[in-house]
Amino acid sequence: MRTMKNVKSGVLHICLMAIAFMQVFPLFWLFGFSLKDNSEIFGGNIAGLPQNWRFSNYVSAFNQANVLQYLLNSILVTAATIVITILFAATASYAIQRMIWKGRGAAMKGILVGMMVPIHAVLLPLFLVLSKMKLLNTYWALIIPYVAFGLPLAVYLFSSFMVSIPKEMEEAAAIDGCDIYKLFFRVMLPLIRPAIATVSIFTFISSWNELMFAVTFINKQQYKTLTVGIMSMVGAYTTKWGEIGAGLMIATVPTVVIYLLLSDQVQNSLVAGAVKG
Amino acid sequence: MKKILSDKKAITLFVCPTILIMLVIVVVPIFISVYYSLLDWDGLGRGTFVGLRNYMELAGDERFVNSIKNSLLYVAFSLFIQLPVSLLLALIVANIKRGEKFYRTTYFIPVIISGVVIGQLWQKIYNGDYGLLNAVLGSLHLEHLQQDWLGQETTALIAAFIPNLWQYVGYHMLIMYAGIKSISPEIYEAATIDGADSRQIAFKVTIPLLKPVLEVCVTFSLIGALKIFDLIYVLTGGGPFFTTEVPTIYMYKTIFDSFHYGYGSAISIFIILECFVFTMLLKLFFRNKEEQA
Repeated sequence: MRTMKNVKSGVLHICLMAIAFMQVFPLFWLFGFSLKDNSEIFGGNIAGLPQNWRFSNYVSAFNQANVLQYLLNSILVTAATIVITILFAATASYAIQRMIWKGRGAAMKGILVGMMVPIHAVLLPLFLVLSKMKLLNTYWALIIPYVAFGLPLAVYLFSSFMVSIPKEMEEAAAIDGCDIYKLFFRVMLPLIRPAIATVSIFTFISSWNELMFAVTFINKQQYKTLTVGIMSMVGAYTTKWGEIGAGLMIATVPTVVIYLLLSDQVQNSLVAGAVKG
Repeated sequence: MKKILSDKKAITLFVCPTILIMLVIVVVPIFISVYYSLLDWDGLGRGTFVGLRNYMELAGDERFVNSIKNSLLYVAFSLFIQLPVSLLLALIVANIKRGEKFYRTTYFIPVIISGVVIGQLWQKIYNGDYGLLNAVLGSLHLEHLQQDWLGQETTALIAAFIPNLWQYVGYHMLIMYAGIKSISPEIYEAATIDGADSRQIAFKVTIPLLKPVLEVCVTFSLIGALKIFDLIYVLTGGGPFFTTEVPTIYMYKTIFDSFHYGYGSAISIFIILECFVFTMLLKLFFRNKEEQA
């Protein structure tokens, strides 16, 4: 009976390991061919490890294919999106959850309805508006829409977190003579740090990976983020797998590193995003 | 306290940025899209108002009908293959003694990677001449199966499904796993005492209790399939001969390649309505089931 059970669990583990292998092997393979040159890839060594590790592919992706520029743009756009989303969403949630005014219920409902809107629905009007305002091919063309579409979930997450925080701290601070801005920035903001982490991770992954807005609103090299930059790199380097692989690796490594450092938190944020979104 | 919390100026300052940006970027553009969809407009000058003509043309547009058919196949694939696989994995991983965290973490990795990278990577896996898939088939002496997976009409659509399955299986698994873990262990104990085996526990206890979570997964996967864009755009661009084209791709090409702004907007409105109708139907479906139960 016991051995039967052991055999069964052994088989189960082998199956699970096989699936785990399939989930990560393509990424190792990508790493492999990012270090190969064409003569190696097209010469038959497709699946194996590179014979000599050509980090020169990365150098040429950075220097000739502009990937460094794309990387910096992605970092800038993503960082700005995260900061603005958190600031706007946290203040709005605070006003909705704690402050006293008519229409806060309606405001909350209105913001949450925004979660249901697919970005396809606004693509053309936004494109035309941004072009009229001469904002196409600027960082703002991405930051503003990313913030707008990130806000509903952020407000939702902040609001549900604030509800669970007792009001005593704020009351004590008010008696000590704090005004509303101090109540928010000095008392509330430090208390909602876990929610800030969740929102940051969620916003990071969605704006770092976003393609549709980026490919529509940006066509100048100077402002391209990694997703749209790689699309144009692929067009120009069709046959240079090594360089393309290096570009794909550069786009992927930051998210994977963050994931490996904070895997539980990343999983929780994205599950929270799915369940509420 | 009350006085501080009723500070009108602070309320305005706190709420207005969010409300304004959402109005301008999300709400108003939807209405503009609806308006555009009633125009015959190539982006130059002013469009002519044609009422519902774009929508009527859509109904008879074979390419559009074909794109819907593809996206419904995508939906079916997600609901009937991706979700059951995820559920099975979730049930197994939640009940396993060792390595739970390892499996969870590994399965989830593809979720965080951009659609552009996934699309490019799989394009290389499928490549007819130098792709990984054909190389693996070759080493297994299955040369007769080697083919240009994305380049021919017979295999392109199914080949375009697989990367999505691969990417999101870990996501759904994790959501279901979290649901399973939140079920109280006492319920399992009671079932075991009553003599239920692990299969009975899965079907009679876990899955019924998991219904709210399953509803989330079904909705998420269905809407995701209807809205899929990045992966197809990068992988095949809708080709060959429209075999992998879905409405979002058709909309994008109509607007930004052919400059049929009115017609493209009608497709985008169709996509919103489609998502909305399916969400409502699912709500109804799950509610009815609850009443029966």
